[in-house]
Amino acid sequence: MGKLTREQFGALCAKAKTLLAAEGKQVLVCADTGCVASGSMKVYEYLKEACQKRGIPVRVALKEEAGQEGIHLKKSGCHGFCEIGPLLAIEPLGVLYTHVQVEDCDEIIEKTILGSEIIDRLLYQQNRAYIHRDDIPFYKDQYRLVLKNSGKSDAEDLTEYLALNGYAAFEKALFEMDGAAICKEITDSGLRGRGGGGFPAGRKWESVRKNVADVKYIVCNGDEGDPGAFMDQGVMEGNPHSVIEGMLIAGIATGATEGYIYVRAEYPLAVKRLKIAMTKAEEMGLLGDDILSSGFSFHLHINRGAGAFVCGEGSALTASIEGKRGMPRVKPPRTVDQGLWAKPTVLNNVETFANVPGIILNGAAWYRSIGTENSPGTKTFALTGNVVNTGLVEVPMGTTLRKIIFDIGGGIKDGKKFKSVQIGGPSGGCLTEAHLDVPLDFDSLKKLGAIIGSGGLVVMDEDTCMVEVARFFMAFTQNESCGKCVPCREGTKRMLEILERIVHNEGSLEDLDLLEELAATITETALCGLGQSACKPVVSTLKYFRDEYMAHVVDKHCPHCNGRRKKVVIATELCRGCGKCKGTCPMEAISGEIRKPHVIDSDKCITCGACWGSCPFGAINAIEEG
Amino acid sequence: MNATGIDLHRVGEIIDFYDCRREALITIMQDIQAEYKYLSADTLELIAQKLDISIAKVYSVATFYENFSLEAKGKYIIKVCNGTACHVRKSQPIYDALREYLGLTGERKTSADQLFTLETVACLGACSLAPAMTVNDEVYAKMTPERAMDLVEELRAKEVAENG
Repeated sequence: MGKLTREQFGALCAKAKTLLAAEGKQVLVCADTGCVASGSMKVYEYLKEACQKRGIPVRVALKEEAGQEGIHLKKSGCHGFCEIGPLLAIEPLGVLYTHVQVEDCDEIIEKTILGSEIIDRLLYQQNRAYIHRDDIPFYKDQYRLVLKNSGKSDAEDLTEYLALNGYAAFEKALFEMDGAAICKEITDSGLRGRGGGGFPAGRKWESVRKNVADVKYIVCNGDEGDPGAFMDQGVMEGNPHSVIEGMLIAGIATGATEGYIYVRAEYPLAVKRLKIAMTKAEEMGLLGDDILSSGFSFHLHINRGAGAFVCGEGSALTASIEGKRGMPRVKPPRTVDQGLWAKPTVLNNVETFANVPGIILNGAAWYRSIGTENSPGTKTFALTGNVVNTGLVEVPMGTTLRKIIFDIGGGIKDGKKFKSVQIGGPSGGCLTEAHLDVPLDFDSLKKLGAIIGSGGLVVMDEDTCMVEVARFFMAFTQNESCGKCVPCREGTKRMLEILERIVHNEGSLEDLDLLEELAATITETALCGLGQSACKPVVSTLKYFRDEYMAHVVDKHCPHCNGRRKKVVIATELCRGCGKCKGTCPMEAISGEIRKPHVIDSDKCITCGACWGSCPFGAINAIEEG
Repeated sequence: MNATGIDLHRVGEIIDFYDCRREALITIMQDIQAEYKYLSADTLELIAQKLDISIAKVYSVATFYENFSLEAKGKYIIKVCNGTACHVRKSQPIYDALREYLGLTGERKTSADQLFTLETVACLGACSLAPAMTVNDEVYAKMTPERAMDLVEELRAKEVAENG
C-alpha cells in the first residue's frame, strides 16, 4: 500500500462504516484470558468449521465481498462477565449466551444463527432468564466508555475499529489541532492518571510539550502488577487500538516521535493483541513515518516485563526499558523532564491513554459531564474475591462501593456477610461496611487511607481474617521490594516478621505499636511510591479491624484462623475417677478425688489433648464453645 | 550443544538479531529463556561478551527479575496464582497439594523426574476464575487441589505412554 492521504483514509473509514452497517448476523466469541481459559477458542473453531460444513459463509473480518450473506464470526475482547464464561454474543439480536461449550454449538447454529430462536438454558439466570446483555443487572448499572467496544467488536480487526469511529480522534488531532490545543483539551477535561496516583494527565503533557529536546518519548505503562487487578489487561486485549490511538495523540500533543508500551510478562495474550494491532496500523500507514502525509512520524515499540512489581513505578519502568535493573530513582528530576534515556517523557497508564480518543472527539465539557467534579470520567474496576459476579466493570467516578459490590456484583457469595473490600492492591487499604456509601473518587479514598490505585476491588466475606490479609500483602510487598532503599528493604521484612508472629498467635501488644511506628517511618522515608504506600494494608486493618489483631494477640485465638475455641470437658456419668488424666495433664488443670468424677479447670487447660488419649472410658471430649 | 543443553551458536544468533544492542538485554534473555527455559552461566558470559558489558551487569539484571531462571527447569512449568483474588479463594492448598504430590522439599522446585517445575505467580489476570494456575502458559480456571493433581497425573501418564 502506498502512502495513505487524509482523503483516502476518510474514504476507508466511510467504507468500513458502510460495511458494518450492512452486516447480518454477527457472532462474538469472547477471546480474553478468562474465557480462553474456560475453553472459548474451542467454541470459536468449532463454530467456524460447523458453519462451513453446512455451507454457511463465515467471515472472520470486516470485508467487502461479504455483503449480508452468512455470518461474521468475531474474537471479541472481554465482555467483563468472566465468571460465567465462555461467553458468546449474537448481534444484532443482542443475545448473550453463557457457559457455552462445544456441545452447544450445533444447537446455536440451528436455532439462533439460522433462525432467531433463543435457547433458554444458555441465558444468564438471576431470579429470571435474561435474553439481552444490557438488561442483566451486572451490565445495567455500568457506564462503559473505555470498555465500550470490548465484547462488542473484533479485537484483532482494524477495519472494524475504524467503522466504530476509531482513529477519528487521531485524525482530528493531527489535522485540526496543534500541540497546545490538545494539551489544553486534556487539561480542561480533568483527565487524571488511572494508574494509581491520579495526577492530571494534561499537566504532564503540557510539561513535556514545553520541554525542548531532540527526542521525546511516550511511554504506556501496561505493567499492571497489582494482584487482583486486570482492567488494563482487558483494555489491551479487547481494544488495543484505543491505547495506540491515545499514544499517537499524546505524540502530536508533545512533539514526541517514539512510543513504548511496557506490558507485564504474565499477559502474553495482551502482547499478542497489541502486536497484531501495531502491525495492522503500520500496514495501513497509521504508524511510522509521515503518517497520512502530514509530516508527523511516530514509531511504536513493545517491551515485555520480566516479573518485577516495582517496574510499575515510573522511573523503574523506564530503567527496565533501557535494559537495566528496574529500580526507582530519587526524584526530581521528574519523568516529564528526564524520563526514558533522560529525555522528556509522558508516562501514563493503559486506561488513561484509552480515555484520550473520546475526549478529543467529544470535547472536554462532555467528559466533565461524567463522574465527579474533581475526578471526571469513568473508572474500570476488577471486581473479585468473595462476590457473586466477578469480572471487569466500568462505572462513572463517584459511584459508591455499595452499588458496585451489591448491585453490579450481586452481593456476597454463598449468602455470607460482607466484611471488607480491599481497594488499590498492595498500595491500597481495606475498607469496611461503614465506607460502602462513600462516592469513589481519587480524593475521597485518600482521606480514608485507601487509594483507587489501578482499580482492583477484592471483596472479602465474614470468614476472612483481616490480620492474615495484612500479612499476605506485606509478604507480597516484601518479596517485591527492589532493595534499593533501607526503609522498604528492611522495614517491610521486619513488619512481615511481626505480622507472621501475630498470625501464629505469638505476638504481643507491643508488636502492634511497633507495627504502627515502622509503618509511619517507612511511609515517610521510602524512596518510591511503592514503598511509601506499602504499609497501607497494615495501617488500614489496624485502624478498622483492630479487634481481630486483639484476638490474635490477647486471646491467642482467632475465630477465623483457628476455628471455634475448643473446651475440654469430662462427662461425669462416664468418669470412674481413675485419676489417669490427672497424672498426664501437663498444666495440672485436672482435679478430683479418686473414684469420683474429675473436673477440668478451663482457665488452666491449654487443650493439648493429652488427657483424652489417656482416658480408658472415653469420658473426656473436646466440645466447641458458644 | 554443550552439557547444559543450550546451543550457544543459537544464543549468538538471538543476540545478533538485536544487533548486540545493550538496551535489548532483557529482551535477549527473554528470547533465550523462551527456547531453553533457563539461562546457563556460559549463556550469561556470551551475552556479556557480545554486548560488551560486564558479566556482573548481566548477572545483576538476570537475578533482579523474577522471570529469569539460572537453573534448568522441568518440561512442564506449573504456576499457581497467589494473587489476592486467588489467595482469598484458597489457592495456597493447591500449591501445598502439588508440592507434596511432586515430592518437593526445601528449595527444590523441580520434580526428581525433571518433568515438573512448581512456582507461584503474583497474578495472572484471570481473577474472576480464581483460583487459577497455568501449565506452560495455558490457563486452568477454578482449580481445586484434586483437579490440580488429576491434571499433573494426566500429564505424567501421557509422558510415560510416549517415552516409556
